[in-house]
Amino acid sequence: MSEEKLIFEKGAPGRRAATFPALDVPALDEAAWLPEALRRGAPPDLPEVGEQDLVRHYTRLSQRNIGIDTQIYPLGSCTMKYNPKVNEDVASRDGFRNVHPLQPDSTVQGALAVLWEMERWLAEIAGMPAVCLQPSAGAQGELTALLVCRAYHDSKGRRPRTVLVPDSSHGTNPASAAFCGYRVETVPSRADGTVDLADLRPRITPDVACLMMTNPNTVGVFERDVRAIADLLHDVDAQLYYDGANLNAICGVARPGDMGCDMMHFNVHKTFSTPHGGGGPGAGPIAVKEHLRPFLPVPRVRRGSDGTFSLDHGEPLSIGRVRSHTGNFGILLRGLVYLRSFGGDGLPEIARRAVLNANYLLSRLKGRFDAPYGARCMHEFVLSLSRQKRERGVSALDYAKRLADYGYHAPTVYFPLIVPEALMVEPVETEAKETLDALAEVLGAIDAEDPSALHAAPVNTPVGRLDEVGAARNPVLRWKR
Amino acid sequence: MSSPQDRLYTRTHEWIRIEGGRASVGLTAFAVEAIKDIVFIELPAPGRALEAGKPFGVVESVKAVFDLNAPLAGVVAETNKAVESDFSALASDPYGAGWLLRIEGVAGGREGLLDAAAYDRFCAEERH
Repeated sequence: MSEEKLIFEKGAPGRRAATFPALDVPALDEAAWLPEALRRGAPPDLPEVGEQDLVRHYTRLSQRNIGIDTQIYPLGSCTMKYNPKVNEDVASRDGFRNVHPLQPDSTVQGALAVLWEMERWLAEIAGMPAVCLQPSAGAQGELTALLVCRAYHDSKGRRPRTVLVPDSSHGTNPASAAFCGYRVETVPSRADGTVDLADLRPRITPDVACLMMTNPNTVGVFERDVRAIADLLHDVDAQLYYDGANLNAICGVARPGDMGCDMMHFNVHKTFSTPHGGGGPGAGPIAVKEHLRPFLPVPRVRRGSDGTFSLDHGEPLSIGRVRSHTGNFGILLRGLVYLRSFGGDGLPEIARRAVLNANYLLSRLKGRFDAPYGARCMHEFVLSLSRQKRERGVSALDYAKRLADYGYHAPTVYFPLIVPEALMVEPVETEAKETLDALAEVLGAIDAEDPSALHAAPVNTPVGRLDEVGAARNPVLRWKR
Repeated sequence: MSSPQDRLYTRTHEWIRIEGGRASVGLTAFAVEAIKDIVFIELPAPGRALEAGKPFGVVESVKAVFDLNAPLAGVVAETNKAVESDFSALASDPYGAGWLLRIEGVAGGREGLLDAAAYDRFCAEERH
């Protein structure tokens, strides 16, 4: 595969994809309507290419993607499930696409109904009565929920300063807590990957505001002590946060609210099938228990007794806005289409199949690779390639790069941090047995290859190993001619 | 691989070599290997008081950010300027040229620290 030039490097001056007819109205004098200070000194440096070259350029780039529409995408903790095309069909309808958030409520009743209904679905799935759809993605949902938590404690005249996070947690958890002004304390996990209740107990003091828990956790194990942990926290009026990153494992089967969790976020772009992986947009709504409802961001979507919908800005204890308007509407809409496609009966089936697929793939791989957390898992599992590193001198990164040569997107590597040479695999529910078998066989084939093939990988991709350190230390963020 | 005998170790993979009231602090070979490609190191300014077991800086790799924890209490006398701009000594000579801090007024009990043999056993377990 040859290197594809940037669109700016293609074409020639004057080349066009379209020509316009001659101006048939009087031309305006630029100087008369746009002040000098606002005008550019020179025209923008835009690409000048013909339509055929333009189409080929972007088609070629799109074909270089290893994406969910061409291959299984077993990226652990990311729930790379398929993007149903009916979502796009509904989202592209005129009444949804061509409305503006500042239109009068009376002219966007359909869009408000979508938001209201999405809130009801998420409340039912969470087992928590109140929902805010505003946050743009999971990490903003975490921050919003922690701000709600702080406002709740403030309202009682308390200022607990500590947020507890298990050592297997997503990095966003401590980051959100720190950003919110909390002190972060890490809770070590047991050998089976779960939170150690005995270790946790003395850490839960009146200074603790919240514990952030992912369940199943990032090693794919369900935290069975969640109820007991919730009770310990509630004894000191601390909150239990449910990180919804792994909701796909239990969605419709068990509800975080029933486990004692007080607040949570959803990743609509993970669990409810909207596209992600290209930088968004996502949606990270939160759900909270009744005692936290007064602090949720405004505006809130209301349904009047006559069935009409409106936006209500009048909540005196609200933390205020966390985002413009009502969130990423198009993504929330796609999520709602997904939920309604499967319905309340279909959702548990999705979770069960996600767990079944992960366990099947684990059973195919555990003979060849070490599975430090045992032979069973929830929706994802973690392998450790420590032995391969020691005996063959090849790392998890080498395996990941080699997978690209076979046309596969790699699993997550080096996360969670508590597992050396981690390979974290999440196959999701939509993959057929043949697909899982094929991935297992490719991983087995790579494991049998000469280490030199892995060190050289990838060799079948447009570019080989990239200089990640150089990119992080001296990022080139802008192309210059 | 065995760690040098002339110093003590933390369970968070820092080493400390104590000479009287002064000491050097660095990251172990095991840690440098596990952290992988380092892109950034933040060390405290000289004069800063360190608290045993508490973070004194951060090391960032392409994958994650890790705290650097003080093995014992003391005051920062000097940081390794060479390592702050070029991390290669951390990987090539973590116990020598790759030192991170020199501290003065070293204080506190050694009971939380591991000797080389105990640290090597600890690492073997971490490796699974």
